[in-house]
Amino acid sequence: MKAKNIEEGFFKILMIISAFVVVGSFFLIVGTIVVKGAPAMSWDLITKVPSGGFFLGGEGGVLNAIIGSFYIAAGSSLLALLISLPVVIYINAYLPKRSWLGNLTRMGYDVLFGIPSIVYGAFGFTLMMYLGMRASLLGGIIAVTLLVIPIMIRTMDEVIRTVPNELYEATFSLGATRLETAWVILRQVAPGIMTAILLAFGRGIGDVASVMFTAGFSDNIPTSLNDPTATLPLAIFNQLSSPYEDVRAKAYASALILTIFVLIISVLARLLSKRFSKNKV
Amino acid sequence: MTIETPHIRVQNLNLYYGANRALKNISIDIPDKKVTSFIGPSGCGKTTLLKTLNRLHDSSLEVKVEGKVLLDGEDIYAKGVDVTAIRKKMGLLSQRPFPLPMSIYDNIAYGPRIHGENDRHKLDHLVEQYLKDVALWDEVKDRLKAPASRLSIGQQQRLCLARGLAVEPEIILGDEPTSALDPVSTQKIEELFLQLKEKYTIVLVTHILRQARRVSDYCAFVYMGEIIEFAPTEQLLLDPKEKLTKEYVRGFLS
Repeated sequence: MKAKNIEEGFFKILMIISAFVVVGSFFLIVGTIVVKGAPAMSWDLITKVPSGGFFLGGEGGVLNAIIGSFYIAAGSSLLALLISLPVVIYINAYLPKRSWLGNLTRMGYDVLFGIPSIVYGAFGFTLMMYLGMRASLLGGIIAVTLLVIPIMIRTMDEVIRTVPNELYEATFSLGATRLETAWVILRQVAPGIMTAILLAFGRGIGDVASVMFTAGFSDNIPTSLNDPTATLPLAIFNQLSSPYEDVRAKAYASALILTIFVLIISVLARLLSKRFSKNKV
Repeated sequence: MTIETPHIRVQNLNLYYGANRALKNISIDIPDKKVTSFIGPSGCGKTTLLKTLNRLHDSSLEVKVEGKVLLDGEDIYAKGVDVTAIRKKMGLLSQRPFPLPMSIYDNIAYGPRIHGENDRHKLDHLVEQYLKDVALWDEVKDRLKAPASRLSIGQQQRLCLARGLAVEPEIILGDEPTSALDPVSTQKIEELFLQLKEKYTIVLVTHILRQARRVSDYCAFVYMGEIIEFAPTEQLLLDPKEKLTKEYVRGFLS
């Protein structure tokens, strides 16, 4: 009896320590960014584009990168959703369970899931060269879309697979077609779809390697899909590489902006998914 | 046993799960506007048999069906048959209620909507009518827009029944529909079946012999994938002809 109590206590302490490591590192990261970035934060930083010599301590802000990152993350999330949804609907509601095509698709996205983002960047770059495109917003969106599709499909597939077979049988018995059934299933897993979009968005807005060659960099806010586009992660990278201390401080301020950005998106997504889940069985 | 007016005729039906033969040479005539129950121990194939009646095995790769199921004389396993049209003729009540992820109102309106009914007034009317048919109207009329998942399990099962009725089926298939319910909800469902058999043919899978006796007119004893005996309920339960049936209804077989 006593040995069991010790065992129970020991593992409980281990679990508490693990929880502290996770929560602690979250606060450590956010703390570092806030402490180092807050002093350099200014209204100019978020409302102005960089003026000449910004990375050498010049005037201006990173509005170009904020907008650019938003365009790329939003554009690629949307594009990825349009491609991923049909895939998961097909492999779940149309193909029989354990069909070879379904298995092959799942294996495919699992492999793609593990490919580093620089490979997507390089692939996107090759594709653009072949098509004669220059580094541009569109190029960035395409590369990031390729990067986030596996994340999206995998997340959505996993939630859709948890839907009990009886729900399919329920709609089938009402004479629903597979497509009509799929819509009901999507309503059932709406919170999971939101999570998938959020994960894709978060990944898309934070990735450097895939946009480095494909979106390029620019001091201006892109006005068309063909304009080269700055991104926050790349702006942070450029600022951090600066020899000037106040420019490096601005890198932390930019990181703070990026973090707040992601935070807002994730809170919004949680609120939305709460609304969606009220009808969940 | 011969049935005067069969609604569904199953003829020489075999079903295989991979190499495993789960249903063996099943032939049974299910009478029109009566309650027919399938009884038998767990895993005997009674649910599997029920699901062959509206082709719910279609999306399982490993399942192979041989033989005929004639619905009003038409083979539902024939080539070129419209599966959704067949399923529309049969409402299914599963072991646990599975309301659709939407409001109470939309659950009932779902069926009519996918079959082309969009008139608001008509839908209102249908929802009220079918909720009344399952004696749920008074309990939910003030919260039709509330999610169906907020209802109790017993209410959800009646909602699922109403949802099935709303597509105007001819047949109701019940797969142990009271196994998750409390005694009061069970009683309500059983009473509904007794009323509904005036308009519908009902096929009920159950492992509760008393339930089979309370609600069904005919009873089939299924064992190891075969129909051992099929007879009027009283006769099958009180005076079975087959040795296996005798052992089962006396509780020696499980």
